[in-house]
Amino acid sequence: MRDLDEKALQAKEKKAALGLDVDLDAYSSESVSHDYVDDLSTLPEADKKRMILAGVDADEKDRSGTYVQEDTSVLHSHSKQDGLQVMPIKQALKECEWIQDYYWKLVAVDTDKYTARAQLDLHDGYVIRALPGSKVIYPVQACLYLEKEGLSQNVHNIIIAEEGSELHIITGCATAAHLRRGLHVGVSEFYVKKNAKLSFTMIHYWAEEMMVRPRSVGRVEEGGLFLNNYICMKPVRSLQMYPTTHLVGKGAVARFYSLLVGSPGSEMDVGGRIFLKEPDSRAEIIARTISNGGNIIARGDLIGEVPGIKAHLECRGLILNGGSIHAIPELHGKVDGVEMSHEAAVGKIAQDEILYLMSRGLSEDEATATIVRGFLSVDIPGLPDQLRAEIDRAVAQSDQDMM
Amino acid sequence: MLQIEDLQVQLGDKQILKHIDLEIRPGETHVLFGPNGSGKTSLLMTIMGYPQYRVTGGRIVFKGEDITHMPMNERAGLGIGISYQRPPTINGVKTKQMVQICAKGEVDTEALAAKMNFAEFLDRDINAGFSGGEIKRSELLQLMAQDPDLLLFDEPESGVDLENISLIGNSISQLLQRDFRLNDKKSQKELQEERTKMGLIITHTGFILDYVTADRGQVLFDGVLTCTSNPREIFKCISQVGYEECVRCAI
Repeated sequence: MRDLDEKALQAKEKKAALGLDVDLDAYSSESVSHDYVDDLSTLPEADKKRMILAGVDADEKDRSGTYVQEDTSVLHSHSKQDGLQVMPIKQALKECEWIQDYYWKLVAVDTDKYTARAQLDLHDGYVIRALPGSKVIYPVQACLYLEKEGLSQNVHNIIIAEEGSELHIITGCATAAHLRRGLHVGVSEFYVKKNAKLSFTMIHYWAEEMMVRPRSVGRVEEGGLFLNNYICMKPVRSLQMYPTTHLVGKGAVARFYSLLVGSPGSEMDVGGRIFLKEPDSRAEIIARTISNGGNIIARGDLIGEVPGIKAHLECRGLILNGGSIHAIPELHGKVDGVEMSHEAAVGKIAQDEILYLMSRGLSEDEATATIVRGFLSVDIPGLPDQLRAEIDRAVAQSDQDMM
Repeated sequence: MLQIEDLQVQLGDKQILKHIDLEIRPGETHVLFGPNGSGKTSLLMTIMGYPQYRVTGGRIVFKGEDITHMPMNERAGLGIGISYQRPPTINGVKTKQMVQICAKGEVDTEALAAKMNFAEFLDRDINAGFSGGEIKRSELLQLMAQDPDLLLFDEPESGVDLENISLIGNSISQLLQRDFRLNDKKSQKELQEERTKMGLIITHTGFILDYVTADRGQVLFDGVLTCTSNPREIFKCISQVGYEECVRCAI
């Protein structure tokens, strides 16, 4: 721990490679205590409603476990299924020796000032682990909720799908209705072991003046599958993240899907980077971005290091009501025998599509909404129906705002 | 009834329809002939209400209402439907959804699709990678769901293979209430007199006439409706002497 602290201290002022520099001192980092809640259904209705928008259901219907953190305190954490562990990371650091094999093993603590802060001033976070061979049928839900105005919430999450296991997680980050300004720093480390399957669906539901700096890295072993879905359709002042995944085993697969809507005043710099390091590994990055007046940078980077890999990147953007979209797709083939491709397109809604729908009886607004919803409805193979439904709901919610 | 009176239309700066008069009464189907670029598709698009076709004179009346400047969706609501030749692909919008949009809600999509031999396409994005014949089947499926009173067909047989031409021809007949089936209660003549559906079919090849009966043929030449006659007769005339003959009447 002392090593980590030292490294973190050295990186305390280190600016991130990308994104607007956030003045950390402008946010309070003091702990805000909230009492543990045994029964989530007793939470205030307003909070529950906000959480539901981010895919987290206080009634825990069709969920196999729940982690809820409000500001700096854990509100609730438990698993409903054998073979599934859900616990606060501070508890894991105290009680479980094995956590040291994972803690800061993928993300470097001195990456930038945000990772440094997550080490020096940790406000908990979750550890979710599926034990070897266990199939977690219903998704596990995790919610990081911000209630305190002007707070910097610094969390560290570790997700482990042990050998042969299957784990689905939906995680929602949301802010209370009254909250305007805050900072969320989230370090996440994903371990997908041999022949395991992990789907991780993250829905962000921020406030207009929120700064968001996730830092995540994943590692997928032989035959493993990592599905990473990211949905952010609500205003946010500045969001910058560039999650990275390393495919380190034969036949490992990673697929990243992101759906972004940039509202006026929002700056989003979101990407995905996947290293393909073993034969037969596959990677796919698919992004759909809509600028509704905000500025979006959509990055994607695929690095093929060995022959026999296959990777594809697809980035499509629609500019609806001003703003900008900057698509930066990158491919790095480092040897003979890689198969890599990308397509990127930024445009507007085609008039002939609107007219086609109008001739079938839809008004112009209905036609536009139908096309936008279609644009955002990406098929995600392997995603459980409940999670598909959560994504559809987030999309439906957002086009009400857009029109 | 559809009444088109002295209709003049511009596309960009070009006058493409010149003083068109046309009347389609309830139960009537007309076939529209004409060489490429004569304005046939433009006439259909203008009736449907495509905004780039600017009406500079005359008017269009449908069911007693002046629709000359009515938005497209309101025309659709009033009972006008069209089968396109090359409709656009809309990514993420499924064929099933289009059928539901056309039907405005409750519809047995599967049963309707089965009729058009199109069930396996319901979950595909509309028109994405469809062949010529698949597009036609999809268009007819949507028209079946919409069930309009005036049906506009833009070259329904183009790009359709032999295997599907009868399916398409017979479906159009049905949509226009022109299919003949034994009926215990009513004579065929009575059924014929009770027809309400109106049709306007553009054809290039005339093949569709083997499947769909029509009351009148019209020839459109350089934006002018040059003659109205028996559709078979017109078709035969054009086949033998060509559209050059139409120049005589266009002047």
